[in-house]
Amino acid sequence: MTDTKDHRENLQAPLTEAEVEAWFVREVLPLEAILMQYLRHNWRDASGFEDLRQEIYMRVCEAAYKNPPERTRAFVFTTARNLLITRGKRAHVVPIDAVADVDMLGIAADEPGADRKLIAREELRRVKNAVEQLPPRYREVVLLRRIEGLSRREIAQRLGLAEATVAEYLANAMTSLARILYRETAGGAHE
Amino acid sequence: MSEPRREIAADEIDARAAAWLERRDCEDWGEADRAALDAWLAQSLAHRVSYWRLKDAWSRTERISVLRGAAAPVREKRSAFFKMFGRGVAIVCTMLVSGALIYKYAYSSGDEWTYSTPLGGHETVRLSDGSQVELNTDTVIRVANEASPRKIWLDKGEAYFQIKHDAGRPLTVMTRGYRIVDLGTKFLVRQDDDRLEVSLVEGRARFESVNGSQSRPSVLKPGDSVIATANGVSFKKESALALDATLSWRRDVLAFDHTTLADAAREFNRYNREKLVIADSAVAARMVGGTFPKNGLADFADVMKSMLKLRVSKIGDEIVISR
Repeated sequence: MTDTKDHRENLQAPLTEAEVEAWFVREVLPLEAILMQYLRHNWRDASGFEDLRQEIYMRVCEAAYKNPPERTRAFVFTTARNLLITRGKRAHVVPIDAVADVDMLGIAADEPGADRKLIAREELRRVKNAVEQLPPRYREVVLLRRIEGLSRREIAQRLGLAEATVAEYLANAMTSLARILYRETAGGAHE
Repeated sequence: MSEPRREIAADEIDARAAAWLERRDCEDWGEADRAALDAWLAQSLAHRVSYWRLKDAWSRTERISVLRGAAAPVREKRSAFFKMFGRGVAIVCTMLVSGALIYKYAYSSGDEWTYSTPLGGHETVRLSDGSQVELNTDTVIRVANEASPRKIWLDKGEAYFQIKHDAGRPLTVMTRGYRIVDLGTKFLVRQDDDRLEVSLVEGRARFESVNGSQSRPSVLKPGDSVIATANGVSFKKESALALDATLSWRRDVLAFDHTTLADAAREFNRYNREKLVIADSAVAARMVGGTFPKNGLADFADVMKSMLKLRVSKIGDEIVISR
């Protein structure tokens, strides 16, 4: 992870790939839970949530390559709102709540990465909790990989599964884990 | 703007990014694989964003490796989802339905009490057993007196029932030739001109026809919805989101989700003396979404005007929307 001080001093310098990634992971991902809440509240077509999220991430990262926004929270939610408005027009659906002021959501206060400043034990609890929420088959392969440190082939042998099946379970577990970890707010899990 | 985007759905990209991550952990991961991954990442910002997100989540699970050696770290646990739908309807209100009670829209006729709401009305009736019935616009219910078995008739309109369950004395809602028997429940019943709809929100209820014309009773679970018309009975599953929109009147708002203008107008017209009229069928088929106060016809018409570029004119008691 790069030193934040450096960014502040040369704000105009374009960021490298690794810097955008670090910024995205540090400042944008912790907003996912509240961003999804915002989408749920303002956009009624649930099937489109993941695509909207992806589109919002792409837009903010695109901007960050040129210049990382100083107030990430406000920037992410303004981007979300603008996207909902243009999408609403295109789909002939008017998301009326989306026009409401971002400030009304009480998310303007900018504390970069505050949600992520967790002590190690709390983080361990969260990750454990996320793994527990996985469907049993996925949970099993994750535990074998992470706790027992087994390779894909060893897991396949242990469980009597094809290697391709193990690979598939692991990949599915990864996407599920991302959902659980980023959707969970400090208070506890939802969804 | 520089890159083509949105050709592929987010979950599909996520699946590919996860497959890369999984392979990267394999022992046979080599230079060629590394180059192929880099090429895939370079292809699109969508790929990078998805990969970064999953990589971060996956790397966080490394922490659980500290549990290595600890016995069985994972315990089965019921998720919050199940807790949400658990039993236990806590209604503390006890108000006696007796001759002394004066309720705005209530009157007694011996064996039963009648409650009603006018156009645009919204009232909550609390029964002596702790159950509660919320009446939407233009609705009439009758409640059998305490001595009788618990029975409520929905004669007209729409009502949301939160029943205090008593296995020995189940409560029955009678409506249009059908019977809904509570098995510990919250549910919504709506009558329109030619159809009856029952949506189950929490708990369970049995739905059956009074004269046995429907082949067998059905037990409804949360999210189940039954629609009965002259042509018969059909079932559908409603998403939590759709259910929430259906119940939005309880918050005195109307929520639309890909609703045609014709249907939105019909909804508004259930609540207001002033009526929305959609002038032609092309306009009537346009879709709208959003949340409005139930008496917010003017707001709604304004939005149609500015966002959909439709014409709005007021003629007497009617707001006419046209091209």
